Amino acid sequence: MEFIALIGLPLVGALILAVIGENRRAPEINVAFSLTTFLAACALTARVIAEGNLLLIHKQIFIDAFNVFLVTLTAFVGLTTSLFSRPYMRVESEHRRIRPAQLRLYHSMYQLFMATMLIALTSNNMGLMWVAMEAATLSTVLLVTLYRTPASLEAGWKYFVLCGVGIAQALFGTILLYFAAEKILGAEGVSALLWTDLNSVKTQLEPAVLGLAFVFLLVGYGTKVGLAPLHNWLPDAHAEGPTPISAVLSGLLLNVALYAVIRCKVLVEGSLQSDLPGRMLMGFGLLSVVLAALFLWRQKDIKRLFAYSSIEHMGIMTFAFGMGGQVANFAALLHMTVHSLTKSAIFFAVGHAAQKAGSQLMDDIRGLITLSPTVGWGLLLGTVAILGIPPFGVFASEFLILTTAMREQPWATPILLFALGIAFAAIFGRVQPMVFGETTAKRLPHPPALIPVFTHLALVLMLGVFIPPSLAEWYRTAAQLIGGQ
Amino acid sequence: MSLPLDLQILNSLAALLLLVSFAMLSQRRIVTLVNLLAFQGALLCAATLLLAWRTGANHLYVSAGLTLALKVIVLPWLLHRLIRRLDVYWDTEPLLNVAGTMLIGLLIVVFSFGLAQPISELASTATRSSIGIAVAVVLLAFFTMITRRKATSQVVGFLSMENGLFFGAMSATYGMPMIVEFGVALDVLVAMLVLGVFFFQIREQFDSLDLQHLEALKEDR
Amino acid sequence: MNVTTWILQVLEILAAVAAAPLFLGWVNQCRAWLQNRNAPSVLQPYRNIRKLFHKEAVIASNASQLFRLAPYIVFGTMVTAAAVIPSLGTRLPFTRAADAIALVGLLATARVFLSLAAMDVGTAFGTLGARREMMVGFLAEPALLMVIFVASMISATTALPDISERLATQALGLYPSLAFTAVAFTMVLLAENARIPVDNPSTHLELTMIHEALLLEYSARHLALMEWASALKLFNYACIGFALFVPWGAAMQQTPLALLAAIPALALKLLIAGAGLAFIETVSAKLRVFRAPEFLATAFLFAVLGLLVHLLLGA
Repeated sequence: MEFIALIGLPLVGALILAVIGENRRAPEINVAFSLTTFLAACALTARVIAEGNLLLIHKQIFIDAFNVFLVTLTAFVGLTTSLFSRPYMRVESEHRRIRPAQLRLYHSMYQLFMATMLIALTSNNMGLMWVAMEAATLSTVLLVTLYRTPASLEAGWKYFVLCGVGIAQALFGTILLYFAAEKILGAEGVSALLWTDLNSVKTQLEPAVLGLAFVFLLVGYGTKVGLAPLHNWLPDAHAEGPTPISAVLSGLLLNVALYAVIRCKVLVEGSLQSDLPGRMLMGFGLLSVVLAALFLWRQKDIKRLFAYSSIEHMGIMTFAFGMGGQVANFAALLHMTVHSLTKSAIFFAVGHAAQKAGSQLMDDIRGLITLSPTVGWGLLLGTVAILGIPPFGVFASEFLILTTAMREQPWATPILLFALGIAFAAIFGRVQPMVFGETTAKRLPHPPALIPVFTHLALVLMLGVFIPPSLAEWYRTAAQLIGGQ
Repeated sequence: MSLPLDLQILNSLAALLLLVSFAMLSQRRIVTLVNLLAFQGALLCAATLLLAWRTGANHLYVSAGLTLALKVIVLPWLLHRLIRRLDVYWDTEPLLNVAGTMLIGLLIVVFSFGLAQPISELASTATRSSIGIAVAVVLLAFFTMITRRKATSQVVGFLSMENGLFFGAMSATYGMPMIVEFGVALDVLVAMLVLGVFFFQIREQFDSLDLQHLEALKEDR
Repeated sequence: MNVTTWILQVLEILAAVAAAPLFLGWVNQCRAWLQNRNAPSVLQPYRNIRKLFHKEAVIASNASQLFRLAPYIVFGTMVTAAAVIPSLGTRLPFTRAADAIALVGLLATARVFLSLAAMDVGTAFGTLGARREMMVGFLAEPALLMVIFVASMISATTALPDISERLATQALGLYPSLAFTAVAFTMVLLAENARIPVDNPSTHLELTMIHEALLLEYSARHLALMEWASALKLFNYACIGFALFVPWGAAMQQTPLALLAAIPALALKLLIAGAGLAFIETVSAKLRVFRAPEFLATAFLFAVLGLLVHLLLGA
């Protein structure tokens, strides 16, 4: 029941908004659907906590500790982003950057995007998961090109082609998975693609085939995670689309893609009986961290800057999942949560800042603290949080990851530290003048409502100083599920 | 030769699929490219039908029907319509050195055959030997996409890749579960529609479908 | 090895040498029909050759011995090749004298002498033609070798008569690899024999010539021999094609009767092949010279694809 509501609500929302998306109240309807979806997610979580893992609809849907927390996170960020997009998109349409018809497309696709991500997260069928991932790409392609500028069209095209090609590789990996599983589980029915069934027989699966499958799956879904060197689409898509979309792409879609990689890794590791998948994840992760940190220095556009920061953080998570083991998985999951919250908060603040400055170029944005103190503080605190300054949750997770790395993979620690240092200097050096710099612009009459930003930051702060025991328990269960090492 | 006739035909169809991939690689005219894609779909459909008849698997009939409807009729029709509406009917594109492209293509085929070797050995299907061809079709389509500049031909490459994947699934495991196949087909169809919208947006902006215009977003902007 | 065998062998060679211009005439006649022209007689090539033999030879003053010898060498090589190719019977003594690879070498020898002779006098067109001929040969040869390799891999031998016998006696089936190589072979045949789309045998425009440019300096009996040799080359190529792809009908015993029975089969194959060749030449346009490498690369591609498909599918 909760599950039907969880998937059904955004789908219905997409349909309704496709019809009446030009309505003046469309943003509120969007929020309402996001809110009910979030409530459904909470109810589902409560049920999973009470009853344990769920298998629904002929075992096609599987919900355990690992994905239910991502479902809640997704629904939550979906909700806050819809809150943020209400004033943001209103300003955009007042400035005539988008037409009403495009607004309808935007709202409808937003709900569809949420639905596809939730399906991808909860699907027990690896094939359906693939289908949902592809649908998530398709639903956002037209959102990236919403402004119809040459740059946004280019970004959309890159996004479509690179992710399309990537996801085709993932389909091949899925086919190989099915091929290996069909021998054990039989071709009759569809059980040979069900993750739970695969997981129970993973030690019997043919290692050679699964190894090959993992390469394709990692490259495929890794493209969507934004792992270097397959990250080219990510900064463009983030920078050229509307800001709420950047927030959900960065905060949610990347997580979902990484979730898919980890589900596959669990199977492959079980079959291979070696840490090869973990090593591959660590390699890709480290490469992403280092490349992103270096590219951070060359950015002039504020959204591109934070897009690269997303690549860096996805790299850190991938690396942590690659190390495997209880602590590293725990830290990676925590990092996933705090990164989603912080990064979307930053994009909200950035969206307002860029809207006020009328430009996304960092040189044009100055003195936010005098222009609009809430936006200025929001951006500053968000930046401080994402850079891993102590009281915030990002510090806790990064600290855990680094200490684990020192114990398990000492060789990688200096590389990680080096990259984090570079990234710190690059981002902080850019953000500081934007917040405190001199400005001649007049103070704005209406301070923006930034409840989502500060809610997120408060949550991140809380996770930094105190993780509620129930949440910690949850992470622990999920970390155990992922296993590794 | 001890193979039964239906397998011989299947093998020949597989070989023809590979040939069509090469034809796509060397084809300059976009309209012909779309026709080749439709032909590839038809070959795929024929192979699926034959396999369905051979194994008696009902779901393969369904997926053959799906292939026929989607890849032989709807998608080429959509593309042709798009080409007419966008007025790029006579578009050709300069290719790089054809002989060089072909040689690289051959290397790709050798590589894919090597890649598919372990899978073929493990497979129990009668069509296992054509897995290598499926991998080759996928990689050749990928290569086609890399070498092309025009948006339409890149899309044709993309769809051809999808054909290859489908053929791979068919020869390795007699097809994926029905629900997945439907999902994939739906995705491909939606992707085409999205692309249709997209093409018009690109054309509106640049007055051409040449992707050379889409090279502004570089790092040192 | 008895005397009859040798007599049969000699008769076979003579038959090939005699029939070659007839085949060329047939192709030309078909081509004329397809192009709605008044067809010349099938015997026209014989008349040309006879006419040339009756003329007085004119040779450039700075021509070397090589120039004089080349026509005999080229003609001799072609006759040797005709002896090696199992056109009528697979058990004749000469067919086993050389395998398929040596045969390719034999054909290459003819090309080398032809080109050397063309460059010997030092005219611009001769050199131009020689360079183009070498380019075409350089690209066609690997494709031809690939074709032969595929056939050898199927039959596990490189001896042409054995390949032919093996292919003729194995179960009928669909062989995608052989189909691909057949296409490749046809393309090589067109290129090597200076047919459209690579070259136009009836062109008079020096700049586009390949084969004709090589013969510009020759006259009378030398030219006759050269023309005869090129007719024989076409005939040889056709027979190689038959041995590889339509081996049925060739005699597998060396009795005179079996060989006699093989003649109608060969004639029929030649009739059909000639018509097919004329058809291809009619429907295709001549490529510009710099596109010829593309054409031959495609031939090579077909041959290699045939090889790969054979390795993968075993068919």
